[in-house]
Formats: sequence, C-alpha cells, structure tokens
Amino acid sequence: MNGVHDMGGMDGFGKVTPEPHEVPFHTDWEARSLALNRVMGSAGEWNIDIGRYWIETLPPAVYLSSSYYRKWFLRLERLCLARGLVSEAELASGHSKGPGRPLKRPPQSGAQAGASLIRGNYDQPPRAPALFEVGQTVRARNIHPRSHTRLPRFARGHLGTIERIQGCHTYPDAMVEKGVEQGEWLYTVVFDGRELWGPDAEVGTAISIEAFEPYLEPA
Amino acid sequence: MTGDHDHDRKHGHDHDHGHGSELSEMQLRVRALETILTEKGYVDPAALDSIIEAYETRIGPHIGAQVVARAWVDADFKAALIADASNAIAQLGLQQKVGDHLVAVENTPTTHNMIVCTLCSCYPWDLLGLPPVWYKSAPYRSRTVKEPRKVLADFGVTLPADTRVRVWDSTAETRFIVLPMRPAGTEGWSEEKLAALVTRDSMIGTGFPKAANEVAP
Repeated sequence: MNGVHDMGGMDGFGKVTPEPHEVPFHTDWEARSLALNRVMGSAGEWNIDIGRYWIETLPPAVYLSSSYYRKWFLRLERLCLARGLVSEAELASGHSKGPGRPLKRPPQSGAQAGASLIRGNYDQPPRAPALFEVGQTVRARNIHPRSHTRLPRFARGHLGTIERIQGCHTYPDAMVEKGVEQGEWLYTVVFDGRELWGPDAEVGTAISIEAFEPYLEPA
Repeated sequence: MTGDHDHDRKHGHDHDHGHGSELSEMQLRVRALETILTEKGYVDPAALDSIIEAYETRIGPHIGAQVVARAWVDADFKAALIADASNAIAQLGLQQKVGDHLVAVENTPTTHNMIVCTLCSCYPWDLLGLPPVWYKSAPYRSRTVKEPRKVLADFGVTLPADTRVRVWDSTAETRFIVLPMRPAGTEGWSEEKLAALVTRDSMIGTGFPKAANEVAP
C-alpha cells in the first residue's frame, strides 16, 4: 500500500537528531511493549510480514505522531483483537473475562526466554530457477498494490542492476494477502542516485533495495 | 502506581510526546493488555522480564564490535564474513547467537556504506542490540536514500567528494552490518583493544571508528 510508512525520499521531516543520552527504554511501558510483541509474535498467529502490515495500516496521522514502541503496542492490540485473542470489553476493563484459546504454537515462556532470542530463517525452497543473474539490468515494476508490499515507491519504474542473489525467501506480499508461505528469489538491486533522483541526486551515490523477483522485470 | 517514577524517567528523554497525559494512557493500556494476556495464559511475565533484561544488559553493539575486530586481524575470517556473515559469525562461537541472512559490507577508501530501512526499522539487532531512536525516525528513514551526505553531516561526518556513498535499504529479511576501515596507528593491537575502537554508528555507516589516540593506552 502507498502508505506514510514508505518514507524513502520524502522531504520535510527535518534533521536527524541523535539523543545526547541514549537509554535502552525511556519508560517501562516501552520495554513491556517490546517484550509482549516478542512473546506473542512467537505464537505462530501471525508472522513478521503480517505484523508489519498492521503497523502500516494504522491511520496515517497516528503513524506519524506515534513513537516506535507506541506503534508496536497499537499493532499488537489490533492484532490481538482481530485474531480474537482479546475483546474490546476486556481491554476496557483491563482483565480477562474468560479462558484463552489454544495458540498455534506455545509462545516463549520461562525465565530463560531472553537467552534464546534469535532471528528466524526465511529461506524457502525455490519453485523455479532464478530469472535474473548478477550484472543484469532490470526495471523495478511500476506497481501499486493496495495490500502489503516491500517494494518502496522511490524505486518503482527505475532501472537498476542485479548485484547479489540472496536466495529464495518467504514472499511478504503473498503472506499478507493470501496467508501463504510462497518462496520467491530475492535480489540486491542497486540504482544510481541520478536514476532515482535525477539532477537532485547527490554526487556519487548509489542505493540498493532487496527486491523479490515479482518486483522486477527485464529491461 | 509507578506513574511518578515513569514521569521522571520520561522527563527530558521522550521526544515523541510532549504531554504527560499520554504517558499514563500508554502505561495503562500496556498494563491492561499484559494483564489480560497473562490471565489467559498466553504470556508468562517471567519471559517478558527475561527478554527485557537481555536487551538491557546482554545484546548490544559490543557483539558487532567483536566481529569487526576479528575481521581486522584475521584476513581469512574477513573473507568468510564478506562471503557469508551469518555462517562466519556462527563459527566464532559467540555466547549470543546471531540469525541468518546477515550481510557484511566493507568500507574502502573509495566506498562508504550506510544502512537504512525506509519502510520500517529493520536493523541487525543480533549484532547491535536495540536500534537508536534516530535510526527509527522519519528524518533518517526518509532522507538517507536521497541525500546520504547531508544525513552524514547531521552526524558531523564529512566524506571526501570522490568517495562513493552506497546506501543499503533493508527492504527484506536480509540484515546488514558495515565493516568499517581499521584506524591508522593500530598495528599489532589485540582484538580486545581494537574492539574498543568500534562504535555502533561505524557499523551502521553514520560514523567512523574511534581513532587510536581516543582510547586509553
């Protein structure tokens, strides 16, 4: 979807301002929100792509005015409601009004949960040989799907070069739209700054994206 | 209620919200959801505590710094890291395991690499810990792909005009870490001493390692 989350190339957000004194979390609820997302995310009720989509579909004004952990919390609350894990009445009262249902997988539990934090593997078996090869010129498709996609707007329609083949990974678009783990070849595609930004590009810049095969066409 | 405590923590730190009422609203909402999910048996609060503790105390840029320092002293490891970072790091036997699909990109005198995620905030948590607020912010996410040199200027970093800037947008499950150049004057240094030079920002590409004379001899 062409949402406000797709920020690459937008103007007007101002300077990057590192915090003078960084802390892991600014408040306790940020920490709890992160950990709740991690634990509930391990229950197999949704995957990383679906989790992202439920952040992207926050109302634009909410997205832009919410901190990172607030967005994470709102996403979790919405997903729990949508999947029937909690009800509006329970959220309003702050307590459960009945037993839970079985989850697809037992979520992380116990005092050792933090010791086993490791990212998932997204490899999928290829369904066909890779269509493109390293060094080939490709065009990022001019597509505007209304559902989830990981092809950023700034790349669409532009010519780039296949730099790496990263293997065959779970295709986010199909996961969100159809709920299926569909393997697609993933490429690093590099674009010259001038191809993306024309005469407004900075001198000597190149930008790559990680592009699934359906995002690309031969040039 | 721990509202006063949280208000104190927030004061002067939280740039995202200017008014105190939202803090208490968020505190109440997060607590309500945690309570409900716990009462239903979905969530074990001990697991939450353990995850928070891991990110507060164990998982951080010191892991990435160890990897960079090893690459600076061991050419074979560096070659393996560039070829397949996940596999090479797994061979190091670090206490904290790292995930798959990691890619290490090397800075050279002619190319400077920067990592961004324009669509959300993808970041190599395994190696660098919690992402800093600026990495997740709209200014960094919007500008880095269009004007990376101006973004670097916000960090006080200026590159030679003929150095090529390469920006890696983390739009899939691949994760990137920058292998910065080894500072001059560090010949013969131990890995441990070298690791102390490796800043988090140098592994994102928004900074350089410390100079040799910036650490205690």
